[in-house]
Amino acid sequence: MSDCEPLAALLPIQLTVNGQHHLLQLPPWLTLLDLLRDQLDLVGTRKGCDHGQCGACTVLRNGRRVNACLTLAVMCDGDTLTTIEGVAQGGTLHPLQQAFIRHDAFQCGYCTPGQICSALGLASEGRAHTRDEIREGMSGNLCRCGAYSNITAAVEEALPLMNGQGGCRP
Amino acid sequence: MTPFTYAKPSSIDQAVQLAGPGARFIAGGTNLLDLMKENVARPAQLIDINDLPLRDISPTPDGGLRIGALVSNAELAWNTLVEQGYPLLAQAILAGASPQLRNMASTGGNLLQRTRCLYFYDTATPCNKRAPGSGCPARDGLNRNHAILGASPLCVAVHPSDMCVALAALEARVIVRGRSGERCVAFADFHRLPGDTPERDNTLADDELILAIELPAPRFAAYSHYLKVRDRASYAFALVSVAAALELDGSAIRTLHVALGGVAHKPWRDAALERQVVGQPATADTYTHFADSLLRAARPLPGNVFKVRLARNAIVRALIQAQRGKCQ
Ligand SMILES: Cc1cc2nc3c(=O)[nH]c(=O)nc-3n(C[C@H](O)[C@H](O)[C@H](O)COP(=O)(O)OP(=O)(O)OC[C@H]3O[C@@H](n4cnc5c(N)ncnc54)[C@H](O)[C@@H]3O)c2cc1C
Ligand code: SF4
Ligand code: FES
Ligand code: FES
Repeated sequence: MSDCEPLAALLPIQLTVNGQHHLLQLPPWLTLLDLLRDQLDLVGTRKGCDHGQCGACTVLRNGRRVNACLTLAVMCDGDTLTTIEGVAQGGTLHPLQQAFIRHDAFQCGYCTPGQICSALGLASEGRAHTRDEIREGMSGNLCRCGAYSNITAAVEEALPLMNGQGGCRP
Repeated sequence: MTPFTYAKPSSIDQAVQLAGPGARFIAGGTNLLDLMKENVARPAQLIDINDLPLRDISPTPDGGLRIGALVSNAELAWNTLVEQGYPLLAQAILAGASPQLRNMASTGGNLLQRTRCLYFYDTATPCNKRAPGSGCPARDGLNRNHAILGASPLCVAVHPSDMCVALAALEARVIVRGRSGERCVAFADFHRLPGDTPERDNTLADDELILAIELPAPRFAAYSHYLKVRDRASYAFALVSVAAALELDGSAIRTLHVALGGVAHKPWRDAALERQVVGQPATADTYTHFADSLLRAARPLPGNVFKVRLARNAIVRALIQAQRGKCQ
């Protein structure tokens, strides 16, 4: 594409992220992950693989957990998103976050925002009850530090507290 | 990603009008965006079909189920009618990808996901599927994950879907619409073998949109099993998978359907061979004999000789599990 050729027109997009409304003009090829990190400065959502393989970019889209790296921002017009920055209520950590701390469920912390958003999605799906079901339900989130057993313990402890709900604000 | 334009039609007719060689539909995006990031797919336009009314799961007059193309893999696996009537399908879907991806992935997109052949993904290497006529490095290269059945000299890739293996065993139909109208394709005729044109995975035309999948009335809810063999316990593509479905008359076989995944360019079935076991005793011996016959056509590559034995054992185990009843 030559320099003087215009790129495709920017598209007007409305989004609610962590309760805050945004009106944006975006190119169609921008991923939700790059939008969150590079334009909205919500860098808690991580870029691990950028190919749907690691789960570090997991966010809640209309309450469901998805990989932000394989989502185009323009396809989220009108949607409600929750990232790790929206999980705590004011200064109070979410019970799941508290459980992660109590169980030492991270080492470097790189995968943690994705793990927490994924566990919130798991809770609202209401399908995981046993330890094995939690492990399977969290299998889309890799942890290169291998904190898996503590992550599972934290999720197991917090699930009943979440009452079948993600428990975060919509 | 190579820049592209974006359209979001609000009717099926509009979507079909927009379709063409340079344009691609996008549903969940989990396969297409991945391929676009790798520059394997370079559409000039994306047609976002998420506003189309294709999200229903509804009973059909003949006692079956019609599943809209935009129903997510997660919704489908957890739908009560599917869990009750088609546990094989639910089990196969839940064996694939991750919970996040299953929330995004659509029914239509799952059918059209492309092979995971490493060379297909790597634009620095030749590949007849990606660049017709350039060659197939997998034949003499890394071919552990490749086909043992139905391959051609030009391509030895496999179709990676789990859901499609169950749909093949359940004899689903695919409802598609193009500019010249609507047609209904038997599942066995939807995907194709590579032959001389490995660039084509299926028989869908450029302007055709998948509207829905239709399942016939349930027959296998009591006796079915999906067995997926892979390199780790979760979140990996199948080396070999088996969708096994039985109807029994006492201790004799009334119907046996077996579809294989991870072994060919499409879900692999041999309906003629299945008919030969009708009336035979439902025993491990019958299943072993059936598996040996089904795999007689196998032509493994140097890296995947093990798959023949693996497939044989997996077929027998899946059928025994199916016979024990209630998918689990
Ligand atoms: C890390 C990873 C692991 C995975 N593991 C597995 C696994 O173990 N098992 C498995 O089965 N799958 C697996 N998948 C693949 C996943 O299931 C597919 O990517 C998904 O089903 C594709 O659906 P989609 O809606 O996202 O398709 P999209 O990416 O939106 O589209 C895929 C193709 O279908 C076309 N298309 C989509 N909808 C229609 C329609 N209605 N009509 C016509 N054309 C259409 C698009 O143009 C595109 O060519 C994995 C994917 C990833 C990224
Ligand atoms: S097996 Fe098929 S997809 Fe893989 S390199 Fe050969 S031609 Fe390409
Ligand atoms: S960054 Fe999205 S899954 Fe790895
Ligand atoms: S804590 Fe380091 S990757 Fe999980």
